[in-house]
Amino acid sequence: MPRLSADQRHTVAFTLNGLPVDGVAEPRMLLSDFLRQTLGATGTHVGCEHGVCGACTVEVDGMLARSCLTLAVQVDGASIRTVEGLAPAPDRLSVLQAAFRRHHALQCGFCTAGILMSLDAFLKANPEPDEAQVRDLLSGHLCRCTGYTPIVRAALEAAAELSAQDTAACQEEPAHA
Amino acid sequence: MKPAPFDFVRADSRAEALSVLKAEGTDARIIAGGQSFMAMLNMRLARPKVLVDIMRLADLATLSEAKGDVLVGAGIRQARLLAWDDLSRTLPLIAKALPYTGHVQTRARGTVCGSIAHADPSAELPLCLVALKGHVHLATAKAKRKVAAADFFTGMMATAKADDEMIEAVSFPVAGREGTAFREIARRHGDFAIVACGAVATDTGIRLAVGGVADVPTARDFPLLEGSALDDALNSFAYELDARDDVHASARYRRELVRRIGRATIEEALTCRA
Amino acid sequence: MLDVSHKENWLGRDVERVEDAALLTGRGRYMDDLGTRPGTLHMAILRSPHAHADIVSINCSSAQQLTGVAAVLTGEDITKYTTSLVVGVKAPVTCWPMAVGRVRYVGEPVALVVARDRYVAEDALDLIEVRYETRTAVVDPLAAMEDGAPLLHDGFARNTASDRSFRYGDPESAFAAAAHRISLSMHYPRNSCTPIETYGLVAEYDPGEDAYDVLANFQGPFSIHAVISRALKVPGNRLRLRTPPDSGGSFGIKQGIFPYIVLGAVAARVSGKPVKWIEDRLEHLMASVSATNRATTLTAAVTPEGRITALDWDQVEDCGAHLRAPEPATLYRMHGNLTGAYDIPHVRVRNRVVVTNKCPTGLNRGFGGPQVYFALERLVQRIAVELGLDPLAVIRRNLVPTGAFPYRTAPGALLDSGDYAGTLEKGIAEGGLAELLARRDAARAEGRLYGIGYAAAVEPSISNMGYIATVLTPAERKKAGPKNGAQATATISIDPVGSVSAHVASVPQGQGHRTVIAQVVADAFGLAPADIRVNAEMDTAKDAWSIASGNYSSRFAGAVAGAASLAAKRLAERLARIAAAQLNVPPDEVVFAGGKLAAKGNPGNALSFSRVAALSHWSPAQLPDDTAPTIRETAFWTPPELTAADDADHINSSLCYGFIFDYCGVEIDRDTGEIHIDRYVTAHDCGTILHPGMVDGQIRGGFAHALGAALLEEYAYGPDGSFLTGTFADYLLPTTTEVPEPVIIHTQTPSPFTPLGAKGVGEGNCMSTPACLANAVADALGVADIRLPMVPSAIAALIQGEERPAPEGLKARSNAPKATGAKGEKMMRGEGRASIGAPPEKIWAMLLDPKTLESIIPGAHGVEKVSDTHFRADVTLGIGPVKGRYRAEVTLSDLDAPKAVTLGGKVEGNLGFGGGSGRITLTPDAKGGTDLSYTYEAFVGGKVASVGGRLLDGAAKVIIGQFFSALARRAGGSGGAASGPGLLARILSLLSLFSGSKGDGK
Repeated sequence: MPRLSADQRHTVAFTLNGLPVDGVAEPRMLLSDFLRQTLGATGTHVGCEHGVCGACTVEVDGMLARSCLTLAVQVDGASIRTVEGLAPAPDRLSVLQAAFRRHHALQCGFCTAGILMSLDAFLKANPEPDEAQVRDLLSGHLCRCTGYTPIVRAALEAAAELSAQDTAACQEEPAHA
Repeated sequence: MKPAPFDFVRADSRAEALSVLKAEGTDARIIAGGQSFMAMLNMRLARPKVLVDIMRLADLATLSEAKGDVLVGAGIRQARLLAWDDLSRTLPLIAKALPYTGHVQTRARGTVCGSIAHADPSAELPLCLVALKGHVHLATAKAKRKVAAADFFTGMMATAKADDEMIEAVSFPVAGREGTAFREIARRHGDFAIVACGAVATDTGIRLAVGGVADVPTARDFPLLEGSALDDALNSFAYELDARDDVHASARYRRELVRRIGRATIEEALTCRA
Repeated sequence: MLDVSHKENWLGRDVERVEDAALLTGRGRYMDDLGTRPGTLHMAILRSPHAHADIVSINCSSAQQLTGVAAVLTGEDITKYTTSLVVGVKAPVTCWPMAVGRVRYVGEPVALVVARDRYVAEDALDLIEVRYETRTAVVDPLAAMEDGAPLLHDGFARNTASDRSFRYGDPESAFAAAAHRISLSMHYPRNSCTPIETYGLVAEYDPGEDAYDVLANFQGPFSIHAVISRALKVPGNRLRLRTPPDSGGSFGIKQGIFPYIVLGAVAARVSGKPVKWIEDRLEHLMASVSATNRATTLTAAVTPEGRITALDWDQVEDCGAHLRAPEPATLYRMHGNLTGAYDIPHVRVRNRVVVTNKCPTGLNRGFGGPQVYFALERLVQRIAVELGLDPLAVIRRNLVPTGAFPYRTAPGALLDSGDYAGTLEKGIAEGGLAELLARRDAARAEGRLYGIGYAAAVEPSISNMGYIATVLTPAERKKAGPKNGAQATATISIDPVGSVSAHVASVPQGQGHRTVIAQVVADAFGLAPADIRVNAEMDTAKDAWSIASGNYSSRFAGAVAGAASLAAKRLAERLARIAAAQLNVPPDEVVFAGGKLAAKGNPGNALSFSRVAALSHWSPAQLPDDTAPTIRETAFWTPPELTAADDADHINSSLCYGFIFDYCGVEIDRDTGEIHIDRYVTAHDCGTILHPGMVDGQIRGGFAHALGAALLEEYAYGPDGSFLTGTFADYLLPTTTEVPEPVIIHTQTPSPFTPLGAKGVGEGNCMSTPACLANAVADALGVADIRLPMVPSAIAALIQGEERPAPEGLKARSNAPKATGAKGEKMMRGEGRASIGAPPEKIWAMLLDPKTLESIIPGAHGVEKVSDTHFRADVTLGIGPVKGRYRAEVTLSDLDAPKAVTLGGKVEGNLGFGGGSGRITLTPDAKGGTDLSYTYEAFVGGKVASVGGRLLDGAAKVIIGQFFSALARRAGGSGGAASGPGLLARILSLLSLFSGSKGDGK
């Protein structure tokens, strides 16, 4: 490919939660900034910008990625999922999201998007995880509010619910009471 | 905390990547998974003029077993290796060590070769490469060479790789009847090792590789020792590694772990010989 | 159907949170999610790499010329538009939000850039050249008070900002009469709750009205609003301070954004555009705010039975480099309850407040409690050990008796309510203490290291605005004017269709305040929480607020929810009168339920809530004569119990005092020193529980913070003040794999002083848990001196005794004495030797040849020869991927031709600074060659030390050794590269080491 020069902005296009999006970015622009500032997808949060806190975790081509450790130009043509794509409809919560609400698995909610992305990907690959596996997965995220217990509970309950439903229609909850 | 400016090349071929390295030398950097390097960019500790992304080169994303070696291409992410069905059979030490490398999320991006190129003295994959006497396969635009693990790591985050070279693959010998074990002590799950020990035990001897203590992962071959003879050998090894204090652990603690965890790792490796 | 039977209240139920749907779907509105006005500029801040240095010069010209840069400001520029921030005590000391002339901690702002985006702003930071003359730093609070310690502020003699002594009861007699006098000296470390969202703000200035408008994720207390407006030299009504709808956590920390609000406001004024700043994580860790570290000596007078009759506190509080308001509040927040959960009649206190070359301190979850209880509860454990008693028996013997409430402590706290003994016994029974004790016996029988720890604490909440004034003498307080109370504010509004909105000045940071307020208001009106819309944003220009507004001192449940309840009840009372007139019943027979107002006992005689509620809009003439409209009601509530300190310094520092009793069992691995928590039990009495899920959430969250403080977290500083834990790879937060699930047990003794009987609950475990875990470790190991955090390396040293010596011919590096440089730098030391096939004279000539020296500094440009033995150069250097620009000075000294020379280097650049010297000795060998030996010392500071500490020490040997082998190669003619790196370069390359996130490289 041609060399993308540092002092120019270059078109970056990919699918975000199933829809085509594009914008322009300098080569150095982080995917986290591109999602949030260029595309307005502010659900993905930035907590450390050195890949430790996990708040900015998104899915790139089916694999988890810290969006702060990813350049926007690297994901040109990729398929990206973020927290905005998890709910089945604007006024519905997914099974996992509903379990989080039920268990008070979030307080300030700032780290939550990344945690949901990790769990969403993980539960697809590991439909019947045990607590140790869930804790191992989530050790890649920092949460300062909850002490983690309710997150682990919500994840296990969501896993049980999802695998019980199996192929049956999802029992998502309405977003508002 | 944003990177300084750089050009970006998404290499469409190996030749393209290597030609950029040849032209730019030390000002060019390969980016693969980027799980360590991107953080350095964000902190502006690293300021390359051009980044060369090799993750779309299909011929680097290969994982194969041939001629008694497992060859891991530069495009292979750690998660892919960990999920490989043949891993436990071919590279049981790596099957045991890799879950300690970072977290699920970083393994999903980080590559095997990238970790070896980064040469962090606490990292698990360099330790395994040394323990298993693996090789690093380097290429320039003109030539290829194969460097033994013991010669590859030359110091703290320093390697024998020249500026115009890139790692195309690393290879590990396929395990035979030897027993292997891996243990690691870190402040938290997934952190850099304070001390990591990988042991390979055969019928004639033991090879113990230690990470996190010396400037490079360091292996030592011992005859089959027991009791205080093994303690003596480990004590010498612990001191020879010349541990340092840092914010996480004292030098003395590191030596103590080499003695204690090293022994436990060796014993475990001995018991799991075929 | 109208349900007039007494419906269960919404309050006290574990309802789902109204906040969560948005937060779970990525529709939160945090600071950085909100749009900005077109043309908004972005700020970045240059920070000091030095802990203590004079600023010799700042050259901003290159930065100013960079395309996209609107303004570059230094401390001198800031002083033109502002006055000094308020200093926490009366002293001739200033406190600027940006360094003026001198830096006093690593991370202190030195200059700021305003540019079109953050990337460009950071590019410009790289172009600012600052020259420093370093001073000796002081980081230990006890050392700071010594004679000859480097002084941070001329106005603080011996770096001591305050030294007050207090005496309550008759401590002298109690100590004289005591059978035992038991004492413990302790150090509480620095740590911080590090919310995952960092600071952020957008500031704007209107020159037409000389007014500032700032949106910031500030949490309060809004007493700081006055501090900011004073600094900006405008009256309060010209500083509009607003908060975003959502906040990504605070735990007190986001109080500390206020100096940046001042900087952002000035930046907006100078640049003429709105200015946005989002703090990054490196900035946050090194320079946002932290808890105080404290050196405490606590002594108790004790009877043979373990009854404590007097306490003597000697506390030295380290507030860092500036005593910024509201400090020294951390020290005084606990003043009234320095007796903890115990009935101790006599207390003596000496409180000293010290400044050191570390980040200024501020609010942090637990705020003074962790420091106090770590001392007090460790001492209680020591009393038991020294007297041969069961620690639990000592706790039981000293608890404030159940019938004694409200109980006045010796220093003046009025403990509002409680059943300490009852909560303790319930905790013991339900948490399974007996089982843990049996496990301890079994483990010890097998030779394992198992310990049980206890801690009892009262958890203060709803601070008295007057407690901070206890730092002043009674005479000073009289002069300053009275300060007391804890004004809480809530507003309920009813719109023309009768729907209800509520606003509270509580600035939640994730606790779910909107949900609880909806429950409170719903109960008052017989509605469902979903019927109530709650807004908890703050806008000082439009909302009802007061000085105590904000989110701190666990004041929500007791004060804010209480105020909302009062406002709702006032409206309900008027609505009842309106309805009564139409229902033809007396007002006190109107029942609110199911969305209706009905006559008691006659559900058919009812009006819809919305119809009655809307009447004041549509038909005010129909209001009964004595009834005010029901459109809006604002309640201000402050408890009368919160009076100012009296002339004998008695202070009721908080309104409510919850009770906590914790215990735990831990096992320690003999090989690794790792601490495994077998079980952690925490029993709480926080008064009436408004929302069980949220209360448990607060307890678990506080527990996790405390676990971090106890086992993992420390803001570590080197002896020269360099900051060593600058990333989340070195400042270690607990994760899912470190935090066990605590067993939580509740009792509820309502507070008689709050409208809903509720007390705060969010901070208690930060106070009790570190002490409880430390007591368990002390019990397991049988040691007295426990330091936090209890890192395995230190614990192992306690267990493992003398180290096995090195075999013959090997020696341990750490046996060498720890070296410090002239200014306290931690020196990395090493030595080595090389055999060179050339005579000493040849090597000597090389080392002294300026041209050779010049040529071996790689990347040098603009070499300036100051003298034959002194050079200056600008160099671009690095190893591997790391590159940095530095200014370098190289000197040759102590020349002893041709035997020895000292080669010295000093560098400073964007990535930090470093220096070192090597003494080279040349001895002729028998073969006509030279035996070269060397010793070196080197140090590194600044950014690389903050983010790369893990690797610095280990690199020194390799790097410097490489230099000498290169020298040997060259001198020996064995083909070493002519431009091989020199010592200076090698020292510089230390600057390139880094420990970031873990994963692959490249």
